[in-house]
Amino acid sequence: MPLYHTEDQAMLADTARSFMGEEGTIAKQLRHWRDRQCKDGFGHALWQQFAELGLTGILVSEADGGLGMGHVEAGIVLEEIGRNLTPSPFLTSAVMAGTALGAGSAELRGRYLPGLLAGESVFAVAIDEGPKHRPERIKTRAERAGNGFKLTGSKAFVVHGGSADMLVVAARTSGSDADADGITLFAVPKDSAGLSQDAVRLVDSAMATHVKLDNVQLDADAVIGEVDGGRALLNRVLNAGRIGAAAESVGVAGGAFDMTTTYLKQRKQFGELIGSFQALQHRAAHLYSELEIARASVIKAQQLLDGGSDKAELMVSVAKAKAGKVSSLAVKEGVQMHGGIGMTDEYDIGLYMKRDRALAEFMGDQYYHAERVAQLSGY
Amino acid sequence: MSDLDGFRSELRAWLETNCPPEMREPVRDEDDVCWGGRKFQFKNAAQKAWLDACVAKGYTVPDWPVAYGGAGMTPPQAKIWREELQRIGARPPLSSFGIWMLGPALLKFGTEAQKVHYLGQVARGEIRWCQGYSEPGSGSDLVSLQTFGEDRGDHWVVNGQKVWTSYADKADWIFCLVRTDKTNKYQGISFLLFDMESPGVSTKPILLISGNSPFCETFFDNVCVPKAQLVGELNRGWDVAKYLLGHEREMISGAGGGDRMNTIGAILSRNTGSGAGVEDPLLRGELAMFDVDALAYGAMGEKFLDEVKVGKGHPAGSNMMKYAGTELNKRRHELVMAAGGSAALEWDSAGSNGGSRSRNWLRTKANSIEGGTSEVMLNVISKRSLDLPGS
Repeated sequence: MPLYHTEDQAMLADTARSFMGEEGTIAKQLRHWRDRQCKDGFGHALWQQFAELGLTGILVSEADGGLGMGHVEAGIVLEEIGRNLTPSPFLTSAVMAGTALGAGSAELRGRYLPGLLAGESVFAVAIDEGPKHRPERIKTRAERAGNGFKLTGSKAFVVHGGSADMLVVAARTSGSDADADGITLFAVPKDSAGLSQDAVRLVDSAMATHVKLDNVQLDADAVIGEVDGGRALLNRVLNAGRIGAAAESVGVAGGAFDMTTTYLKQRKQFGELIGSFQALQHRAAHLYSELEIARASVIKAQQLLDGGSDKAELMVSVAKAKAGKVSSLAVKEGVQMHGGIGMTDEYDIGLYMKRDRALAEFMGDQYYHAERVAQLSGY
Repeated sequence: MSDLDGFRSELRAWLETNCPPEMREPVRDEDDVCWGGRKFQFKNAAQKAWLDACVAKGYTVPDWPVAYGGAGMTPPQAKIWREELQRIGARPPLSSFGIWMLGPALLKFGTEAQKVHYLGQVARGEIRWCQGYSEPGSGSDLVSLQTFGEDRGDHWVVNGQKVWTSYADKADWIFCLVRTDKTNKYQGISFLLFDMESPGVSTKPILLISGNSPFCETFFDNVCVPKAQLVGELNRGWDVAKYLLGHEREMISGAGGGDRMNTIGAILSRNTGSGAGVEDPLLRGELAMFDVDALAYGAMGEKFLDEVKVGKGHPAGSNMMKYAGTELNKRRHELVMAAGGSAALEWDSAGSNGGSRSRNWLRTKANSIEGGTSEVMLNVISKRSLDLPGS
């Protein structure tokens, strides 16, 4: 498959670009909700608009009423979200929880997917247990109890956890902390007894929670997929989140880059446009070249993932690491090249820097994924 | 889709019969590369058999028209051809500047007679070409070149000196930038083809820091060049040169070659003799970061070729590929040296394959100079892609 968008995908990109460029702008969304100290950190009205365009069901099968599209298409939407820093539960709900629920029973799908499709429900995923992404180690326990399970443990960096109607929780039903087997995914309703969340506002103004699970009793039908055999599904959810975050990072990098080159063509010092200085031109050209490479790695990984290739895992980590590296470079160069004004809250470039930092951490940073590239390559 | 599947299985069967096992071994050194040409000595019978088989089918230049010695493959077919070669680890049957550089320029700017004659020779591996671009006073500022062709009616008399003419001592013909009008800088250069055996042409290899001499100085002393050997219009050779440079940059960038999923860390750790340092945690980390960049760049190469084939090519695509690819290759060889430790320092010893690691490492330093320096690439990207002022 060639590494560019098909006509249908290009049309979706046009739709996503104009939707996010009109409704999802920094002024209308990110600053609006941030300045009001919104407890969700995003607007539900916009989430409804996602639904009206069918986007909340982008990965949901057509049989379940969704669009039945793939990671290339989800990435197209995420790139525009990134470019506009649009706060939304799209990545956690539609992409990650959507992937998990797709493997769930008809009962579970019937319980949760209609709300997602209508843009009425928000979901979060609770995987990490500490400040760094270590999904190989899962300590949260789910013991068999009654006709189901009792969950105990704690989860960190649960983005949109406080707004979520349901949390997808990865827990251990057997084995020890670092075992590959023995993992089970659960759909945990927000009002479950024993579930408590501490809200935190993150550097990018997104809301997340620290989750405590204290003997949370769930029926057996809360299990998503197989009991004990959830590692493969967890990996699918992780890959969906990783490649989604990578696509969003490319959007963040692209947005920061565009702002910066625009500024280079407007700002004068020493009587010249600063963009005429070779010291800045070369850095901008380097960044541009890196951005194109990151974009290529992301579409390659998306295609491999959609095609079920055994190389997908490796390329997803390449893409997440590369997009993270490049996005980080883009925002750092962006602030530096803007000079003093780049340090002001009033100017948007700093918001890109904050979003990049949060996205880099989400689902594993460049160091985690470079390590993974080494391991998957056998060294 | 089924047509392409059929095409793939036909190619697969053909390769099974026609690609000798020796030609499925990785290229170890310069000797293993088949360059063709009048002076070329085949290393072994398999190398010749593989070339002959491909020439007969037009597979040395699969996407060139059949009339010019190619196989007339469509872009998706040519991609399948590359994939099938890669799948069995087959070496390219023929490597040449004629294929990578002159060919695309002739396809665009040559007359029908030139295409049939010169492209056919390239496709059959009969003539090996070198490139006469840089001069001692004209490196990055190539357009200042001074080699002059004086108009003598039906021919030019060429005088001057070229430098960094890769493999000029092994080449049969040269494609050469020659000033034909001293009053116009850009529109005073012509693109000429001539035989290196013409009276007045002499060439001398230059010893490089790698201890090898892939580059030459080439001198023209009253060399007679018939006017039929002009490519494109008189005094518009800069257009041909720039077009060709795009292909040269693509070639140097390594776009389209190699196994894009094979990481340097994996290669080094499989061969503990050459990669003892992979166990050092910080070096291993650098290898991993390099592999992230290299695999991402591999995707970029694939995307770049896919887009070029359907005319969606990026305005500065070959410049970006050249810049990123050469910087990456230099980094790769720095890591090979670091991982190899003192064993990689061996320049002349029984176990070092002629000091290949240290020589290759030094050779790569030219990657970001030849065909336009990294700095020139960044200038071009600033101008063509970013439209920055005054660049």
